[in-house]
Amino acid sequence: MTMVTPPAAPPLAARGVAPVVTGLGVVAPNGLGVAEYWAATLAGRSGITRITRFDPSGYRVKVFGQVDIDPGTHLPSRLLPQTDLMTRLALIAADEALSDAAAEPRSMPYFAGGVVTAASGGGFDFGQRELEALWSKGSAFASAYQSFAWFYPVNTGQISIRHALHGPGAALVSEQAGGIDAVAKARRGIRGGAELMIGGGVDGSLCPWSLLCMTRSGRLSECPDPERAFRPYDVGASGAAFGEGGALLVMEHPDAVRRRGVTRTYGTVAGYGSTFDPRPGSGREPGLRRAIERALADAAVTAAEVDVVFADAAGLPELDRAEVDTLNQVFGPGGVPVTAPKSMTGRLLGGGASLDLATAFLALRHQIIPPTVHVDQPAYPDLDLVRDTPRRGDLAVALVVARGHGGFNSAMVLRAPADS
Amino acid sequence: MAELQITELVHLLRECAGEDENVALGNGDVLDVSFEDLGYDSLAILNTVGRIERDNGIRLPDTIVVDAQTPRMLLKQINERLGQVA
Repeated sequence: MTMVTPPAAPPLAARGVAPVVTGLGVVAPNGLGVAEYWAATLAGRSGITRITRFDPSGYRVKVFGQVDIDPGTHLPSRLLPQTDLMTRLALIAADEALSDAAAEPRSMPYFAGGVVTAASGGGFDFGQRELEALWSKGSAFASAYQSFAWFYPVNTGQISIRHALHGPGAALVSEQAGGIDAVAKARRGIRGGAELMIGGGVDGSLCPWSLLCMTRSGRLSECPDPERAFRPYDVGASGAAFGEGGALLVMEHPDAVRRRGVTRTYGTVAGYGSTFDPRPGSGREPGLRRAIERALADAAVTAAEVDVVFADAAGLPELDRAEVDTLNQVFGPGGVPVTAPKSMTGRLLGGGASLDLATAFLALRHQIIPPTVHVDQPAYPDLDLVRDTPRRGDLAVALVVARGHGGFNSAMVLRAPADS
Repeated sequence: MAELQITELVHLLRECAGEDENVALGNGDVLDVSFEDLGYDSLAILNTVGRIERDNGIRLPDTIVVDAQTPRMLLKQINERLGQVA
């Protein structure tokens, strides 16, 4: 056992500081790694396909955003028997994010780094295999690693172990809003004295069991055509395609960034708001508007200062309508460019909102808004939707919104670096 | 029943728990190297022992995971048990 002594120095000055994002790691159905993903996203290339991991012919849902990798080329073999695909993808994203930030947590004080991830159901594929073994052959045939490999906070644990992030650690479950909530919780870690936090979500784990669980939400499209299944804000919207993957962000205290001499960053997490919807049937307004307003207030920016919105894009008419109404209330009709690059990946559960955050930071860095695809007949003339081809802009402030099934609403305001 | 040899044990460890990238597991001189130094924690040994129990239709004591700290000690306990059921 290594003897551990808590840090003697007082924590970095805390409350109110805006964490600086210095590294991104992305695994998405349309690209592994930031460079590949960003190129595909600007080109409008979708990663949604007919399911190939198993035969979907007996299932109502036929399409998905799969991430297929050869795990042995990315990770040490010691990790393979103990990890579900979603954890492998999370570890790959964490490696990329830390390497992008040129950060070395092992050289930092013992408790100075932490990790917060969002999750939904954990390692479904691993869990299904081991439960099959348990029920068909007996307990002796179930892997000892089942004890944690299918557990929903496993990504936080594995990333923490691999990168010696012994500080604040947590896992959040708020369905598709989780990717924002995890970054917000990581921000709290920075404000509580951590120098560096990894925040975000990587989720998925497609298998027959997980597909059935997702289908039960009633939010997936049963359209078998990968080009037509997920068409948010289209008159033909019929639900969403789901997918696996997500993104992790390396966030650092501004003092730590200065001390390390890092000059090129992605910007800051400037504001956050989250709300919960009123009870269904109450007739009261959904919580999304309040979440957005809280995030804007937290960032001390007005609606007029927001240059682009990365939307939730549920892909169901009533939910799309509610979101467009909310955006129009806050920004005025057509008052802000809106995009949903998730139309190329599917909705990634705990990973989706953090992929939107990463995409928004890339948009701020490159001063270009990536498009929404598969929308042929826009249903909302009062929505300025960026479609099919990217749109150049003078981008300083981005808003990312997300809604999670069950009533979660989260919004996050991102700001480009001051010098950009 | 034939005794379990170190080469087979190494093969099973690799299959059930992977291999630490900083360890030369295959060079044969690992009999007396502690599992900890080989990069294996108790769960890795538990998973491997479970496989050996299954393959051979034997039961090994749960304490083997903490008692057997090297491949030699693990092989000794396994082979004693295999000798009893032979």
